[in-house]
Amino acid sequence: MTKETPEIVVRGRRREAQALAKAFAFQRAMVRTAGLSPGIQAFRDQAWRLFESLPMPDPKDEAWRRTDISGLQAETFRLPQPDAYLDLAPLDESLLSPLAGEAHAGQVVLLPGGVRTSLNESLQAQGVVFTDLLSAERDHADLLEARLGKIVRPEEGKFAAMAAALAHTGVFLYVPRGVVIEQPLHSLLWGPGVGLAHISHLVIWVEDEASVTYVHEYASPTEEGGQTLHVGLVEVYVGEGANLRFVELQSWGEHVWNFTHERVRVARQGNVDWVFGAMGGHVTKNFAELDLVGEGSTGRMSGFYFTDGDQHLDYDSQQNHLAPHTTSDLLFKGALLDRSRVVWQGMIYVAPGAFKTDGYQANRNLVLSRQARADSIPGLEILADDVRCTHGATVGKIDPEQIFYLRARGIPEVEAKRLIVEGFFDPIMQRIPFEGVRARFQEAIQRKMLNFKA
Amino acid sequence: MTDALVIRNLRVRVEGKEILKGVNLTLPKGEVHAIMGPNGTGKSTLAYTLMGHPGYEVVEGEVWFKGQNILELEPDERAHLGIFLAFQYPVAIPGVTVANFLRTALNAQRRARDPEDKGIPIAEFRKLLKEKMALLNMDPSFGGRYLNDGFSGGEKKRAEILQMAVLQPEIAILDETDSGLDIDALRIVAQGVNALRGPNLGVLVITHYQRILNYIQPDVVHVMMDGRIVETGGPDLALHLEEKGYSWVREKLEGDSVLA
Repeated sequence: MTKETPEIVVRGRRREAQALAKAFAFQRAMVRTAGLSPGIQAFRDQAWRLFESLPMPDPKDEAWRRTDISGLQAETFRLPQPDAYLDLAPLDESLLSPLAGEAHAGQVVLLPGGVRTSLNESLQAQGVVFTDLLSAERDHADLLEARLGKIVRPEEGKFAAMAAALAHTGVFLYVPRGVVIEQPLHSLLWGPGVGLAHISHLVIWVEDEASVTYVHEYASPTEEGGQTLHVGLVEVYVGEGANLRFVELQSWGEHVWNFTHERVRVARQGNVDWVFGAMGGHVTKNFAELDLVGEGSTGRMSGFYFTDGDQHLDYDSQQNHLAPHTTSDLLFKGALLDRSRVVWQGMIYVAPGAFKTDGYQANRNLVLSRQARADSIPGLEILADDVRCTHGATVGKIDPEQIFYLRARGIPEVEAKRLIVEGFFDPIMQRIPFEGVRARFQEAIQRKMLNFKA
Repeated sequence: MTDALVIRNLRVRVEGKEILKGVNLTLPKGEVHAIMGPNGTGKSTLAYTLMGHPGYEVVEGEVWFKGQNILELEPDERAHLGIFLAFQYPVAIPGVTVANFLRTALNAQRRARDPEDKGIPIAEFRKLLKEKMALLNMDPSFGGRYLNDGFSGGEKKRAEILQMAVLQPEIAILDETDSGLDIDALRIVAQGVNALRGPNLGVLVITHYQRILNYIQPDVVHVMMDGRIVETGGPDLALHLEEKGYSWVREKLEGDSVLA
């Protein structure tokens, strides 16, 4: 496979410098003030100042070396106005309908300039909050204010600051101490349009001994005539002995540039099961961190992605063991078609004193086309004794012996490949709690496989 | 002879080296033939070539079945025609369950024979699979396991015969199905094969040892050496080989060539 490398290097990805000088057209006046509590307003103001002062990502930075954003038409993006969704591609209702047959405890649908929310009444009575960001700012200001920017700080980067300053959509989920929510919650950010900036902020707070399963999706149609931007912040806290299953799925249109900073902090004996799925987008750069801050806390991170065309997907994952007896387990699996490119760069960090930790990370890529490329960069930084940390990374192709075996049973070649790719994803697909959502992603895999002849 | 697999003067190269040097063999449906021979003599090459493995280059010869030279067909087309290979080393397909795989294979074969076919109804398939698994003393949970992934040697071989039972081929080639099996597993596998014997199935048992032939009685035994069939006889030929070893054939061959 080494022979493939030269083809890729010559594709001229090194034009960052001048392009990055282009500025976003956002102005201070776009930072929302109306109806905000003074604390939230101060938070956003502070974030705006950081956004203005922080430089664009430097292509020489390790985190940005492999993702070229020189093609980002920064100056073209504007924020959606209230009710903007009325003039944009309508919500694909099938994104909601597969869930109709399966009970959910609450749903938030985020549209550009509009929302629809619902939450089981008995959960409301127990103090659960599951609503859109703007409603939360208005109706639960105290709860929210104390939690904004506590897990991901705006100063972590240009895009983190942008989202903190300008977020106009998002979700606030608050599960009070000891509340166990049996049925999953579901939210969807629908981001249609061209030249729009969808800027979202998710705050998920699961108090001690509480438990919830939550599926959040990002989706949009593919549209012509320009780019669309999504910038997101995801801040998650899992309290002592609490349990969170959090599934994030993106099927952005292929004109969408997507930048997110996400972190889950887990307290003593807490547990998070975090699933990422990516099918869409033109360029995605995602920073996802797991902070195991409490003794005995555990976290599992599972990712699956399937890229084709010119898609570029870059995951930066970090598993931070900051307390003793913590366990993390990361598995990202993906398939690549056409000229797509995927980067996964993972780090397990074990802080001094975090003894008896167990960290694992693995990345498996199935490269289905000669021109596709996957970079898999595991890393360990261990500053404690008596720990167990292992990692593995593979970049491979479909084994021709597998294809022959299936063909020998009468399965045609194209179908044999589809079966092998589906099988590759199956263990991670099983971690998606809604049958309807799982089926939709399986269909997306099949659709991409239809174009796969090579 | 449309009801037989007819191999004519088959010469095959692997990585430039000629392994099969003119194999002639006729396997009528309804019969069980054994091919015995020492290691490295081309037995498995014959099996893979009959199934159409791309690594095997046919230099000369024909293989006729149902009026077609199957050497011109893709592996899946050969399967559609009713040819089946039980692999010596079955390949793992992680993430694909035995049941899902078998239903996909069965439906692909049904569709190849009848483009209008809508596929086997799920309930009917479940019943079929359950019945065939019982035949092979398999636990019903086996259908939910990923194909050959983490299977023991015995499980892999049983899974091969399960596939044969579900897909109901007309010509089955068993490539060293006995290798790596203990006596109990061998007995189960052999019982499965025997249960499938009948006028519509021709079986080619490829083996190094005579042992499996105690359980699957062959009608005809062929001896293969150095890429050719050198001796053909009844079931007693296998016993003879068991007693005297392959050197007896080798000496006989050398004797023949001296006479010639």
